[in-house]
Amino acid sequence: MADMQLPVRTRVAALAGRMVAEVSRRAGAGGGSVIGGRVTLAIDPRALELMASGHQVALVSGTNGKTTTTRLLAAALATRGPVSSNSAGANLLPGLVSALSWEKPGAMVALEVDEGLLATAIGTIHPAVVVLLNLSRDQLDRIGEVRLHAEGWRRTLEKATGTSVAANVDDPLVVWAAGASQQVIWVGTGQRWRSDAAACPNCGSRIRWSAAPGDGTAVHWACTGCPLARPEPALWLDGDDLVCADGRRFPIRLRLPGWCNRANATMAAAGVVALGIDAGSAVGAMADVGAVSGRYEVVSVDDVSVRLLLAKNPAGWAETLDLIRPPPIPVVVGINARVADGRDPSWLWDVPFERLRGRLVVATGDRGRDLAVRLRYAEVEHTFMPTYREAVQAAGGAEVDLAANYTSFQDARTALAGHRQRPAGVLRG
Amino acid sequence: MADAVSIALLYPELLGTYGDGGNATVLAQRLRWRGTPVEVVDVTAGEPVPDSCQVYLMGGGEDGPQALAVRELKAGGALNRAVDAGAAVLAVCAGYQILGREFLGPDGRPHEGLGLLDCSTTRGEGPRRVGELVATPDDSLGIPDLTGYENHAGVTTLGAGARPLGRVVVGRGNDSGNGTEGIVSGRVVGTYLHGPVLARNPALADLILSWVVGPLDLVDDEDVDVLRRERMAAARRPNPIAATRRWGRRHISG
Repeated sequence: MADMQLPVRTRVAALAGRMVAEVSRRAGAGGGSVIGGRVTLAIDPRALELMASGHQVALVSGTNGKTTTTRLLAAALATRGPVSSNSAGANLLPGLVSALSWEKPGAMVALEVDEGLLATAIGTIHPAVVVLLNLSRDQLDRIGEVRLHAEGWRRTLEKATGTSVAANVDDPLVVWAAGASQQVIWVGTGQRWRSDAAACPNCGSRIRWSAAPGDGTAVHWACTGCPLARPEPALWLDGDDLVCADGRRFPIRLRLPGWCNRANATMAAAGVVALGIDAGSAVGAMADVGAVSGRYEVVSVDDVSVRLLLAKNPAGWAETLDLIRPPPIPVVVGINARVADGRDPSWLWDVPFERLRGRLVVATGDRGRDLAVRLRYAEVEHTFMPTYREAVQAAGGAEVDLAANYTSFQDARTALAGHRQRPAGVLRG
Repeated sequence: MADAVSIALLYPELLGTYGDGGNATVLAQRLRWRGTPVEVVDVTAGEPVPDSCQVYLMGGGEDGPQALAVRELKAGGALNRAVDAGAAVLAVCAGYQILGREFLGPDGRPHEGLGLLDCSTTRGEGPRRVGELVATPDDSLGIPDLTGYENHAGVTTLGAGARPLGRVVVGRGNDSGNGTEGIVSGRVVGTYLHGPVLARNPALADLILSWVVGPLDLVDDEDVDVLRRERMAAARRPNPIAATRRWGRRHISG
């Protein structure tokens, strides 16, 4: 019993946290993990370190794909025994603490971690493996943090000798950060977003992108001023297959749609391979993962079937537009610009909304008017509606795809699916 | 058919962090809607900058990419030649700063800019200047109030004879103590406005286009008129960020 080895103070802290979380949940105030974790930390500030010790922990971080990758990784770990995970996406300290305070003895642990918190989390938890997905611009009013995160990861991984890293070779910022580690599994995802990696994180020179030698599909990149370049992956995504350097191929069959989720599955597989689990059984176990915290959920609204899609930033939107069903199925797009979204929605102009031509798009959300202007210039037929329900009605089809950014997605779930949430949508983690 | 109007978007991968590439979309569409052929040329780092375009656009970016962009621009000298030949330039934020005499490099020291604008930029005191920005344009421009979103650490001081783009109504702008925002010098415009600036200020877009193609017909701007009213009103309300700052770290899960 891992629990029995913990100091009394930590056990009391964990128990109090669980009780508060349960009360909060029953009161309908949300999942309770954030408030519960806060209580635990207030009683024992060292709770995270102590509760994590003795467990094999995998951390997942990056700008896009954290929640889904963590869910896929947890599914793969579950083939070996009990798993603890912050599956609701609470990825700051209280959320991590809360996930561990519910743990079962001997459980393996899969945690998604906010990219700004990762360095601290590695130093505190001493994970067996860290999965590094990608780093791209997210909130424009806080853009400088992307490079600072990479620097923080790099400094921490240099010292984290007991931690393996599974790192995406198609993101230069990730490669630069992971390169400080002694134990890296390089993973090829074929990531297409590269607008935040034009200048080398190591020396500031230009990064040159080109077709990889001898391979028509992969894209190579190399700095023009220093040796930083795309490492050879040990594991990569090739179409619908996971391929290992030794030549083995495993088909990736997911309920989750699109390239981005196959890339997430590839990263998750690399994480569990680092823990000694076979890649084939890992990928097989991911097949049953369905809706993740409402992403891809289908809800029925006044006889209209609405599929909910989340995209938080230009890199995420580029993928989500791929998942939207073809015309004439109408689309509702919700845009907010609250603190958690970033206050500046100028990024709308980096998203190729031109791809939505040929059907009606209904703009909604706090900043639906900004989107309407963007759609006007994209020459997409559009209208604006102030509420999600009206937007779905105005879309005028039996089936509608609704895509929204972070707090708008939460609002849409609340309005259309009756999903409870905390007010204002800024408290998460 | 007349020759296409040629618009160069300079270093979108270095100076495209804040969606300012949208300025090229706006200019191109406003010409197309009026039946004027147009081509947009994306110039990426390492490629030569053409000196024959009629409009050049530069956006905001981080310090490192900004320094790389200025090295590339200086090497060829094409932008200075194009301006001498009558091209229009719209430069936003980091792009604006490097067109001046001096800007602050990633090493924290002053670096020489391109010298196309009579201004210099230093690091300002206190936190970054982030939020809605409204400015009343210089009378000579004959356009309505400008609206956008600013996000910069730099403070830009204009030379004694330089003409500001406008006077700040809400926000910080150049923030050098005299309430100015941006700069206009001939057909070269520098500004701190994102949004992108031309998406939220079609009159400025048409003014810049008229410099290179002459008078323009009206186009339908109903969507943007609604947006402008909404943003102007929002800018005048108390800043909601201050109230939520203690929750200001990221709370987004992947």
